Amino acid sequence: MRENHQLSLVDSAVSVAVRPIRDDIAVVLEQVLGRPVQITDDTDIIADLGMDSLGVMNFVMAIEDFYDISIPLDRIAQVETVGDLIHAVEHLRAGALG
Amino acid sequence: MTILAKHAAYKAAYDALRMHGVDPLNVRFEHVLSPTEGILNGRRTILLGTHNYLGLTFDAGCIEKAVEATRSQGTGTTGSRVANGSYDGHLRLERALADFYGRREAMVFTTGYQANLGVLSSLVGRGDHLMLDADSHASIYDGSRLGGSEVIRFRHNNPDDLYKRLRRLEGAPGDRLIVVEGIYSMMGDTAPLKEIAAVKRETGAYLLVDEAHSLGVLGKTGRGLAEALDVESDVDFIVGTFSKSLGSVGGFCVSDCADFDVMRIVCRPYMFTASLPPGVIASTLEALETLRAKPALRANLMRNARRLYDGLGALGFTTGPEANPIVAVVMPSQEIAVACWKLLLDSGLYLNLALPPATPTNAPLLRTSVSAAHSISQIDTALSIFADAGRRLGILPSDRRRAGGVV
Repeated sequence: MRENHQLSLVDSAVSVAVRPIRDDIAVVLEQVLGRPVQITDDTDIIADLGMDSLGVMNFVMAIEDFYDISIPLDRIAQVETVGDLIHAVEHLRAGALG
Repeated sequence: MTILAKHAAYKAAYDALRMHGVDPLNVRFEHVLSPTEGILNGRRTILLGTHNYLGLTFDAGCIEKAVEATRSQGTGTTGSRVANGSYDGHLRLERALADFYGRREAMVFTTGYQANLGVLSSLVGRGDHLMLDADSHASIYDGSRLGGSEVIRFRHNNPDDLYKRLRRLEGAPGDRLIVVEGIYSMMGDTAPLKEIAAVKRETGAYLLVDEAHSLGVLGKTGRGLAEALDVESDVDFIVGTFSKSLGSVGGFCVSDCADFDVMRIVCRPYMFTASLPPGVIASTLEALETLRAKPALRANLMRNARRLYDGLGALGFTTGPEANPIVAVVMPSQEIAVACWKLLLDSGLYLNLALPPATPTNAPLLRTSVSAAHSISQIDTALSIFADAGRRLGILPSDRRRAGGVV
């Protein structure tokens, strides 16, 4: 019971946090790309945003600085969409807070 | 469609390059005549892209030792040192390297690539943290995946960014290992090793420096960047290669780490590959002796590097930040880079065409590497070939335009 209760608390904290992270990502993306962008969780960072590998690295580093986190390379390798990035950020922030 | 269809995007890019009549990844020399000259398409060509820093590939003493060892001990060891045992040469080379670096321990690997794979995967594992400069060589990236540690990349040559990332790890268990290179192989720039060593001391991390391109090049006795900047005592592990300044093939690691020898039974890229053949070991030993006995080689190398770097800059080319034996020329576009590379080659000058994503920025590079064996007149010939190609392709202002002509 207690464990379930804690889990649902974490879940709701995560779902509340989804929207602001995506907004932050949009702000950072616009700074990195130098143009306005429309993104959803399904936006593919390479295919839809036209970034090359160097652009992705700079973008990820800007996101890392924004949240004061480091995303390990194996996690970056799993990130294809904005939604993937949101989950990676959430996971690392939860780790840092916990 | 084959099993390799997954690489279609790379194949398409490569095919497009080859349609221009160039194949920079598959240059075929009919003959290599010396450390600085080869025959390519029937033409005598200056080699300005082979990292043969001290020009020892044709050194008479090194060749003699290789021949002698091959005659007396055979062409190969036919297996690993774990299975087939070590030859006297393997042990002598390890002692010679430890002595050269003033370290207690040394370990020889079959290639420089394997040295990074083996050392990185043995030093850090699951639960540890590997801090890599973003511009690290492919062997460092590949080695980082083999051990299973958490890999964090910091901005190239940026000790503040490194520090910030180590601070973010505060309180997390596990060892931290910082990996940087003496000279970076794309732009020829050096690491800010004093500042990185300070970060290392402050954060309690270990520090590994890959001196592949700086062994025999930098430092009072040629030990590399750590010696040049007087921070050797902060460097826990030095990795390097025999395939550049020592003119053969192979890799090594030196250290004062007390438990070093355990690597010989846990380091898979050391244990499960054939050891270096006696001839290679013998020429490498002799080359190391020569490197130590002839500091004039280093002086010639830096004289040539400076002449090429200054000359290219004076012509109006954009080069890397430092005059080191790797001199990278930044090209304005891939199209011009490919055309320029082909023009240089057709004019008798061989160097490396480096295209993104292999380059640190989006700019394609023409990468040159200078040797102590280049004569001043070869460097000057290279500069005049560059000048001509640069003007013909519009990278440099045209002489004729200055004289009032049209093109």
